[in-house]
Amino acid sequence: MRSWTSAVAAVCMAMGISTAGFAQTVKLGVVDTYSGPFAAVGELLDRGIRLYVKQHEKDLPPGVKLEIIRRDDTGPNPEVAKRVAQELITRDHVQLLAGTVYTPNALAIAPLATEAKVPFVIMNAGTSMITTKSPYIARTSFTMWQSSYPLGAWAAKNGIKKAFTAVTDYGPGIDAEAAFTKGFTDAGGQIVGSVHMPLQNPDYVPFMQRAKDAAPDAVFVFVPGGKDATSLMKTFGDLGMKAAGIKLIGTGDIATDEELANMGDVALGVVTAFHYSAAADRPANEAFVKAYKAEFGADQEPAFEVVGAYDGMAAIFHTIIAQQGHMDPDKTMELLKGWSDDASPRGPIMIDPETRDIVQNEYIRRIEKVNGALANVELETMPMVKDPWKELNHQK
Amino acid sequence: MEALTSILFHGLAYAMILYIVSVGLSVTMGLMGFVNLAHGVFAMAGGYVTVILMNRYAVPFALALAIAFVALALLSVILERTLYARLYGASELDQVLFTIGLIFMSVAIVRYLWGPLPQPVHLPHALSGQLDFGFRTFPTYRSFLIAAGFILIALLWLGIERTRFGAQLRAAVDNRRMAESIGIDTRRLFSLAFALGSGLAALGGGLGADILAIYPGYATEYLVYFLMVVAIGGLGSLRGPFIAALLLGFGDTACKYLVPELGAFFVFAAMIVLLLWRPAGLFGRA
Repeated sequence: MRSWTSAVAAVCMAMGISTAGFAQTVKLGVVDTYSGPFAAVGELLDRGIRLYVKQHEKDLPPGVKLEIIRRDDTGPNPEVAKRVAQELITRDHVQLLAGTVYTPNALAIAPLATEAKVPFVIMNAGTSMITTKSPYIARTSFTMWQSSYPLGAWAAKNGIKKAFTAVTDYGPGIDAEAAFTKGFTDAGGQIVGSVHMPLQNPDYVPFMQRAKDAAPDAVFVFVPGGKDATSLMKTFGDLGMKAAGIKLIGTGDIATDEELANMGDVALGVVTAFHYSAAADRPANEAFVKAYKAEFGADQEPAFEVVGAYDGMAAIFHTIIAQQGHMDPDKTMELLKGWSDDASPRGPIMIDPETRDIVQNEYIRRIEKVNGALANVELETMPMVKDPWKELNHQK
Repeated sequence: MEALTSILFHGLAYAMILYIVSVGLSVTMGLMGFVNLAHGVFAMAGGYVTVILMNRYAVPFALALAIAFVALALLSVILERTLYARLYGASELDQVLFTIGLIFMSVAIVRYLWGPLPQPVHLPHALSGQLDFGFRTFPTYRSFLIAAGFILIALLWLGIERTRFGAQLRAAVDNRRMAESIGIDTRRLFSLAFALGSGLAALGGGLGADILAIYPGYATEYLVYFLMVVAIGGLGSLRGPFIAALLLGFGDTACKYLVPELGAFFVFAAMIVLLLWRPAGLFGRA
């Protein structure tokens, strides 16, 4: 008698499991900065993720559910990033990883992605060589070389003969300096001085004064976006560098859309190269900005970090939909390679099938007043730029 | 020459903010022996009050600063009576853990209330642009900071050296038991000094908002600089932190300018040397 009831119970349990199996849950682990002094950028990434999921959850095949497990890496802390990624893989059994604002965190996770065969979509970190560190990495954000190298060439062709470079002393800064210098000198420009600035830096006066002393035609700057960009811009004005005829140019990090409002008129005329601006008038971008404002407030402007995460989710959704939720790591990587979107908010984008890195338009923008507010107005478009560092160094 | 005056000028403006924020910390640490790492929280809160009053309610800059000073002085007394007072005489580790906890809570609270991005600072029109000094021009805002710094220093000095409150405060710092035995209510004195120190920090946060950005990470990011001013200057004095702030402002700016590759380390090296030479700081009592 007992064996009969237990057999029924066993059958019921088996059925229970199999019916549960019809609903396919895909687990995505997000490693992002949710606390500490750098939570501002982490929040932008998360907004991109939330917005995409909200708009497109309905596009998932019937029965397929996406479960996002968020973990906090607390800032540029590779040890923490590695630990939380490890937990996501071994404890939560995620099938996909995404995130990281910072390069060191992405590098710490790369070996785990390889070992566990978990595809890892980089949504922000911008040092060129990240994608070479694991065959399971694909990037939807940008590389420093992508913006700085073409900007160097552009500057040399647009009346700037002597330039001074000032970059923050860490991976992306060094990348930006090397890329700009290469692009600028190859096109005939001359570097008259350079300086590396510490990551924790309350006052930019000494470095900008040094740049001013060198009397260049332009100062090329990279600082991490946010308050440092505003602080630098104000120092540039305070030291009267604009009045002395020196131009300020840089990657889009020094003129992020969300900081423009804080910068004041000194920012007018600053030229940057970047892949995204909220002011761009493409229909896809206008719809995106509208949806963003509806979700997060009328006074909010989406920044490049939001777009990196938003498009990262688009790529992830593409792999989930194509596999009907039955995720295979190698199949996922094949789907990511060559994935393209003609209507990303930043224009057409593609993941390079060879390097798994993003290919996108770079825009040369100038800060101008539009309807009384500062905005990045696109001057020139360089179509579908591949990461120049990999092109020049034959890296995959 | 032009570069040198520029460095001196900007270093001085930077030093003034450091001083105004840190002097209160020096007094409260010297007076109460309380390791208040959360001092920067008051500066941050002062910055938020100032900037938000200006941006949302169009309160004039000076009035916003005054409100920030009073509001934070009051808030600090409440915190002192309800929280800090429990840890007087506790071990330094307990005090450090408690105040670090306060920092984390404050970071979370301001992030919840005003979001993670830095607050936009729109200075009054009179403070933007350049001021012509005859031989050259300097940014008006930084000139104003220097002037405001000197006025505050003069007021503080008068208050501490020339008033009854100041005399009691000095007596209590020198010898607390003796001061108590001649009838000074040190308990009340502590609260007042704490309120004054926190109010000054709030003022520094508001005044310096255009240089030290007001955002949730404020209290942790700049904590090192505030502590350095106090450690180099020595506890319990007004003069010590001033000299230390000048050293930091000039030294940091000048060394980053002259030897940018090593400049960022100068202030830390200088602090190590100074503290090896005088462990209690320049004007502190061992």
